[in-house]
Amino acid sequence: MIEVKDLHKSFGEAHILKGITTTFDKGKTNLIIGQSGSGKTVFLKCLLGLFDYEEGSIAYDGEIFSQLTEDEKRNLRAKIGMVFQGSALFDSLTIAENVMFPLRMFTKQSKSEMQDRVDFVLKRVNLEDAHKKKPSEASGGMQKRVAIARAIVNNPKYLFCDEPNSGLDPKTAIVIDNLIKEITEEYQITTVINSHDMNSVMEIGEKIVFLKNGFKEWEGSKDTIFITDNESVTDFVYSSNLFKKVRRMYLDENQ
Amino acid sequence: MTYLHNIGAYFLMIAEMFRKPTKWSVMKQLILKDIDDLIIGSLGIVAFIAFFVGGVVTIQTALNISNPLIPKYLVGFATRQSIVLEFAPTFISIIMAGKVGSFITSSIGTMRVTEQIDALEVMGINSLNYLVFPKFIALMLYPFVISIAMFLGILGGMAACVYGGFSSLEDYIIGIQTDFIPFHITYAFIKTVVFAFVLATIPSFHGYYMKGGALEVGKASTTSFVWTSVVIILLNYLLTQMLLS
Ligand SMILES: Nc1ncnc2c1ncn2[C@@H]1O[C@H](COP(=O)(O)OP(=O)(O)O)[C@@H](O)[C@H]1O
Ligand SMILES: [Mg+2]
Repeated sequence: MIEVKDLHKSFGEAHILKGITTTFDKGKTNLIIGQSGSGKTVFLKCLLGLFDYEEGSIAYDGEIFSQLTEDEKRNLRAKIGMVFQGSALFDSLTIAENVMFPLRMFTKQSKSEMQDRVDFVLKRVNLEDAHKKKPSEASGGMQKRVAIARAIVNNPKYLFCDEPNSGLDPKTAIVIDNLIKEITEEYQITTVINSHDMNSVMEIGEKIVFLKNGFKEWEGSKDTIFITDNESVTDFVYSSNLFKKVRRMYLDENQ
Repeated sequence: MTYLHNIGAYFLMIAEMFRKPTKWSVMKQLILKDIDDLIIGSLGIVAFIAFFVGGVVTIQTALNISNPLIPKYLVGFATRQSIVLEFAPTFISIIMAGKVGSFITSSIGTMRVTEQIDALEVMGINSLNYLVFPKFIALMLYPFVISIAMFLGILGGMAACVYGGFSSLEDYIIGIQTDFIPFHITYAFIKTVVFAFVLATIPSFHGYYMKGGALEVGKASTTSFVWTSVVIILLNYLLTQMLLS
């Protein structure tokens, strides 16, 4: 579980996060949604410890990050997996080497133990025979899978994904979303996902935090997001005609 | 103001580069890869340029000595002096600022814009140590490249002399041995080591701290080349004044 209390983050004059308080549960896919530029990535990077913040605290299973020693921070980081928006695979390494990277860095496993683990996670993300390819030779969907494999290879307790299905076709996007959800449940990970995609909301929105103008505007789940009367949320949700239609059908059905 | 800020950031980067070292088994491979990319990969172009510019230096010197009172061996002497003192250490370094420098800036810059550096940081890896330190170590072999440039430059001069008929081989060989001052070699290698440090760190700085996307990677490479050259030329002036006068 991750608890965020009154988080403030600015870049110079620009106040991006204006006091955010929320919690993200273990074994669940927690979504942060909002328009482009609403601060989702900045929020995620604060959670990751990539950005310092002026005020507020973030606690990982009770341990407040800013109060940890350098060593404890390093240990905590080893338990974090991250899937970046553009996958951020190391392009000088092969796919297998990318996945092996955290193991080589942080464990004392033998070469064959590492290889076994890499085989296992690549299989888990349905990529059995791509070991020797370079990331540049893989499709966007494959790169995402590799990024997920790299993020989970060292058994993380926390998994962060920045728009994991951006740039993917709708079908692949849903496969990736569900893969993340399965892995989250299977290994009881605390997973936080940034998204502006309503499909993800419907597929995996077990907990949803809606950001607007640096504030947490609304919080709920995929079950409550379609019936809330918070205008900012409905604006966001029903910005597409498809969802306007879905809403009408839903309301008709329930009358 | 931004200049001062950048200079400060540059020195902080250098300090950070030595902190929290990467696991040796991983670092070893990074160093070997950088030696291959930066040193071995530059030998061809350096050898080519050194040989032919050496030849040109000789031809120019020979053509400009028309006074029969000036001894013929002066051609070899002048060629040696200009190659050892300036051409090999400084001129080749400017070329390397273009070749190695823009390679470093664009490869680190690409890692920045595609969030690969963030990926390293998230894992708790000191990305400056991971990325810049191996380049710094690899470029400690740079004096080796410059020695080759010196040797081939003088050889190129010799070839031009003999095949172009500007002076005899004996005169040239006497010339390159005349008034040899060992300190000149020391001076040249002090410069080389300093320039190697500049070549490893300034392009890394421009790549590491760049912002934006693919277009900015190209711009950063250009800026990095300009600044690396400017710093090399200025340091060359300062070192020459300090060491030779
Ligand atoms: N490193 C940075 N420096 C300055 N401003 C930034 C930085 N990163 C993000 N911002 C600003 O913060 C705001 C939120 O950005 P971001 O979190 O990337 O939005 P999104 O919700 O689309 O992920 C934007 O206005 C952006 O310009
Ligand atoms: Mg974003």
